Amino acid sequence: MSAQVFSATRKAIADSVPVTVVTVVKGPGVGNKLAVLPDRTVGTLGDPALDAFAVPEARRLLDDERSMTEPFSSESGAVELFFESFPPPPTLLIFGAVHVAQALAMFGKQLGFRVVVTDARAKLLTEERFPTADVLIQGWPDEAIAQTTIDRNTYIAILTHDPKFDEPALLGTLATDARYIGAVGSRKTSADRRVRLTEAGATEEQLARIRGPIGLNIGASTPEEMAISILAEIIALRNGRDAQPLTTATGNIRARV
Amino acid sequence: MKELLHDIDQWHANGNKVAIATVVKVEGSAPRPVGAAMAVSSAGDLAGSVSGGCVETAVFDEAQEVIKSGRPKLLRYGITDEMAWDVGLACGGTIEVFVEPVAIDIE
Repeated sequence: MSAQVFSATRKAIADSVPVTVVTVVKGPGVGNKLAVLPDRTVGTLGDPALDAFAVPEARRLLDDERSMTEPFSSESGAVELFFESFPPPPTLLIFGAVHVAQALAMFGKQLGFRVVVTDARAKLLTEERFPTADVLIQGWPDEAIAQTTIDRNTYIAILTHDPKFDEPALLGTLATDARYIGAVGSRKTSADRRVRLTEAGATEEQLARIRGPIGLNIGASTPEEMAISILAEIIALRNGRDAQPLTTATGNIRARV
Repeated sequence: MKELLHDIDQWHANGNKVAIATVVKVEGSAPRPVGAAMAVSSAGDLAGSVSGGCVETAVFDEAQEVIKSGRPKLLRYGITDEMAWDVGLACGGTIEVFVEPVAIDIE
């Protein structure tokens, strides 16, 4: 691997910049590499026709978060190109620096999320309690929402158990494109909350986006089990799966093969 | 490859050469998906996996050759009768693994 392509790729990954690395794995120029970044490319596959094919293809596969090998023929011969996509990590935004949030922040980080935890209470929101979090934001929900980029790559868990935090967090995040918005609370809390949110101006369509009670039905009781239940729901949603046992499922086990 | 960067830097800092092996193609069902990778150093270190155990030792040996020659290699592994008890894939799929030397900037 050329040093130039390797260091550009490593830097992009470290900075959460999306990058696709294209490698000739068969045919003339085997081993040649090209890194495709949002604003530039680094390296070359050794043939301008190959580079011209690879750059848009790399960006398309990156959008789909896919890696794959594709054949391509040009005047200099037939090759196989391996496209390896490194999409930026998804963000897990946690409202409430509570006990469950500690487990969720830790497991979320291990699963490759960029973890952001926010709470107005400085006593709870400490680096000692959240050693693996990428960002800690001390403030009210509207401040945290203003300071965070929330898009289709963002997953939100609202865990405060306190309507004066939960409801502004829900109203604020329902106005974004977040892929997942889950809120902790019993069935009764969840139902009461819907009534208050409707009074506050939330639409039926917005309320339908809320996953509450949060998580999958695995009987989670401890903070760690609740974190697993929430993350399992997020993973299933991310992959478009129904979270049923594989013993009764058909089709591909993996989302990405 | 992402998860191997730390090990690769460490091995390089210790003065060793490094090769990366990456699953570039999967046919049928295989233990690890496209993009799964394993790194190997000239000192014999190994990190990551390409198959969950079935072909790692064979890939390790190939990677040592690649480090010596400096030339990349495309390997193909699938289950066959004579390989079933040797280097074969328990799941019955076929994988292609690209092994390449890693050049690192001297910083």
